[in-house]
Amino acid sequence: MIKEINFKLNGKETILEIHPLKRLLDVLREDCGLTGVKEGCGEGECGACSVLIDGILANACLYPMGKIQGKEVVTIEGLVGTDRYAILKESFEQAGAVQCGFCSPGMIMAAESLLRRNPHPLEQQIREAISGNLCRCTGYNMILDAVQMAAKRGDGIW
Amino acid sequence: MNKDISTPVKRADVSEKLMGTACYIGDMELEDMLYAKTLRSSEPRARLVSITYPEMPSGYFVVDKRDVPGKNIIKMILEDQPFFAEDVVNYIGEPIALIVGKDKAVLRELIAKTSIEYERLKPVFSIEEGLEADTPIYGECNYFAEYRLKKGNLKEARSRAKYICEETYETGYQEQFYLEPQGVIAEYKDGKAVIYGSIQCPYYVKNAVIECLGFAPEMVRIVQATTGGAFGGKEDYPSLLAGQAACAAIKANKPVCLLLERNEDIEVTTKRHPSRIKLKSYIDENYKLTGMEADIVLDAGAYAGLSGVVLQRAMFAAAGVYNIENLKVKGKAIATNKAVSGAFRGFGSPQAFFAIEMHMEHAAKTLGIDPLAFKLRNILKQGDKSTTGGIFREKILLSEMVDRVIQMSGYEEKKKLKNANEYKRRGIGLSMFFHGCGFTGNGERDHIKGRARLVKNEEDHIEILIANVEMGQGAQTTMRKIAAAALDIELNKVFFQNPDTDRVPDSGPTVASRTTVIVGKLVYDAAMELKTKWETGKRQEAEVQYQYPEGYQWDNDSFEGDAYTCYSWGVNAVEVEVDPITLESEIKGVWAVYDIGKSIDDRLVRGQIDGGIVQGLGYAGMEVMENRQGRFIQRSSTDYIIPTAKDIPMIQSELMCEPYSDGPFGAKGLGELTFVGSPIAYALAMEDALEMRINNIPVRPEFLMEVADDDKRN
Ligand code: FES
Ligand code: FES
Repeated sequence: MIKEINFKLNGKETILEIHPLKRLLDVLREDCGLTGVKEGCGEGECGACSVLIDGILANACLYPMGKIQGKEVVTIEGLVGTDRYAILKESFEQAGAVQCGFCSPGMIMAAESLLRRNPHPLEQQIREAISGNLCRCTGYNMILDAVQMAAKRGDGIW
Repeated sequence: MNKDISTPVKRADVSEKLMGTACYIGDMELEDMLYAKTLRSSEPRARLVSITYPEMPSGYFVVDKRDVPGKNIIKMILEDQPFFAEDVVNYIGEPIALIVGKDKAVLRELIAKTSIEYERLKPVFSIEEGLEADTPIYGECNYFAEYRLKKGNLKEARSRAKYICEETYETGYQEQFYLEPQGVIAEYKDGKAVIYGSIQCPYYVKNAVIECLGFAPEMVRIVQATTGGAFGGKEDYPSLLAGQAACAAIKANKPVCLLLERNEDIEVTTKRHPSRIKLKSYIDENYKLTGMEADIVLDAGAYAGLSGVVLQRAMFAAAGVYNIENLKVKGKAIATNKAVSGAFRGFGSPQAFFAIEMHMEHAAKTLGIDPLAFKLRNILKQGDKSTTGGIFREKILLSEMVDRVIQMSGYEEKKKLKNANEYKRRGIGLSMFFHGCGFTGNGERDHIKGRARLVKNEEDHIEILIANVEMGQGAQTTMRKIAAAALDIELNKVFFQNPDTDRVPDSGPTVASRTTVIVGKLVYDAAMELKTKWETGKRQEAEVQYQYPEGYQWDNDSFEGDAYTCYSWGVNAVEVEVDPITLESEIKGVWAVYDIGKSIDDRLVRGQIDGGIVQGLGYAGMEVMENRQGRFIQRSSTDYIIPTAKDIPMIQSELMCEPYSDGPFGAKGLGELTFVGSPIAYALAMEDALEMRINNIPVRPEFLMEVADDDKRN
């Protein structure tokens, strides 16, 4: 059963002929070549596949394509190039928030989503906001520092 | 580069990782690539009677033991583990065959439609059963390794002893849960097998594939893909995947991609060894610990893997940071019908340190003396002898480090405080520990003999050629810094790519906290050689090989001498708040001081400290993995719980360093050290808050309730 799915992907109107049960994660990685979206668990537990769907942080591994009809999807590839990404990148770099990097694109998406909702988050709010994104390398605190740094530097742009 | 080498620089690999363009194994796509899924045993121990496959659609086929052109045994320490099961299976999840083809969904369906007929054999599920197995899994006595070591004269210590303390400690499984599941891609072209993979040890994989295929060394090439965390989990297991995928690629004559799914990875790959450690200590009238007997048993799982060496490291750490002159340590690695236990950050020492630190605490409490004072009275000093009679040559800063952690954490006041408020209890614990850097015993000298090469091109750019991998710890950055500083050139003139065995010499595996201290020193030495013969604008090379430092000695038969040539040290404190009704705990503070010789990059060092501590807290508190009848209960990412950002507070850490004369710029090992202390400090904090003794980790509320009930009954 192939269906036509219309959605906006990283700012571009996109039409795909696809099985509506195929996972958004697989479509992004396999059909759209967007491999910055990672698969860490496939069960909604790790956040490595984080994307924004209509501006809300979501796990791409849990979304069948049928549910994407008419929606707007932003992946790490769509964020790269924005001023907000530049600030996040610089902050993640300087805070030492990246080790193996497998969680990093997802963490950036979680940070972007938080700062859009709350440009001046408190420590506990950051912990809450990234608690759906697992990282086994950093122990999280340097990621926390990065988000705090980004909030300060990017004051006014979120 | 003339500023202090510890000053942080931008990580070499940070931009591509953040942007999502770094190419992990799952992001690689070779032309015409097929996928493979593994057919696994559903029995813990059985003879394979028959396997009935569904009809294979065109382009789909089975790869099993009959398709191994060379030897169906993974080259490791003992020769016992096959790439594909022969006639018997020894654990649930053991690979029997691959089904290979274009579409992953079809592969899954084919696996589901395959039926296997087994003849069940009597399984062995626990250390206790393993010690008494009448039908051993391995050898005649059902263990993969049994060792003993002796120091001094225990008899005398025993006769002089005023007090004797004896207790048993247990630790559980821990899964590495690197964020990127394991995977490899194999291709076969012009008679040569090329493997790309998420790996820690390119040459381990190469040697295993050579034997598996029966190929000449130059016909096997291993290339590391960007690796998404490893922590020991990608030390030996990738050899198995690589051999299987290589057999499949040869049969298909097409590239074959073998990626594990998360839950498969949790269930079948190697994990930290569960342990049972019995300690009996002899203490004189001055509260000097004069003797100890230790009996260490590790649950090794179905095949030997690295268990023998894990056991050695555990045994050599049995006395912890204490100067015990008379010792007897015995150890066994028991075969059980469960997934193979393997390498995980710390490699046997977290189990041993947990036991000795809890033992010291409990012994002092039994004697009615202050545990910290008792520990400090017995700690190691420069010139003292290790468990194997080696000499601690460098200055040991432990007591200064303890003072500093006491100060940072407010230990003394917190120790007095019992109730945080009406509803919550508070506790604080402090641990002391070391990590022996580099391979145990004669490993570096006789087995690895690591080599490193630097190549300078006509533009005077330097490339570092070593087999060690970047897996998140920052090796690409630290190795470049070491070379640049030694050569006194700009960092951006030094390059380090993911290793490819066709290009790099064997500098050994990326394990044992050896990359900076051992391989970094080789890079330093090669750089110094290049510097002396430097001719601008000319292509030049320098290659060096590991030299065992002078004045050390080791006898591998008697386990006598310097088990390690250097040690890193640490002191941790953890504070908890506990609900006395539910016994749920919250970690309120973590303080840490380490001696790592010299920090090569302060930011990377903090990354290792924070990451190691949090993994350790997970190990002690929340990461529960039980096995019932050969099956793991927590075998999915939903059930196996690791710490999230909400589970931990900020960590305050500092360095207090005694440089190591044979390390690059004085540096010693770091990666594993950071894991060892936090589980103990957490357990001690829980013990302090609840005023009960803890002998097992993970510490679990339901288990604590049982202890509390028992205490009440007694
Ligand atoms: S892959 Fe989607 S949450 Fe883990
Ligand atoms: S950096 Fe490795 S999982 Fe986060």
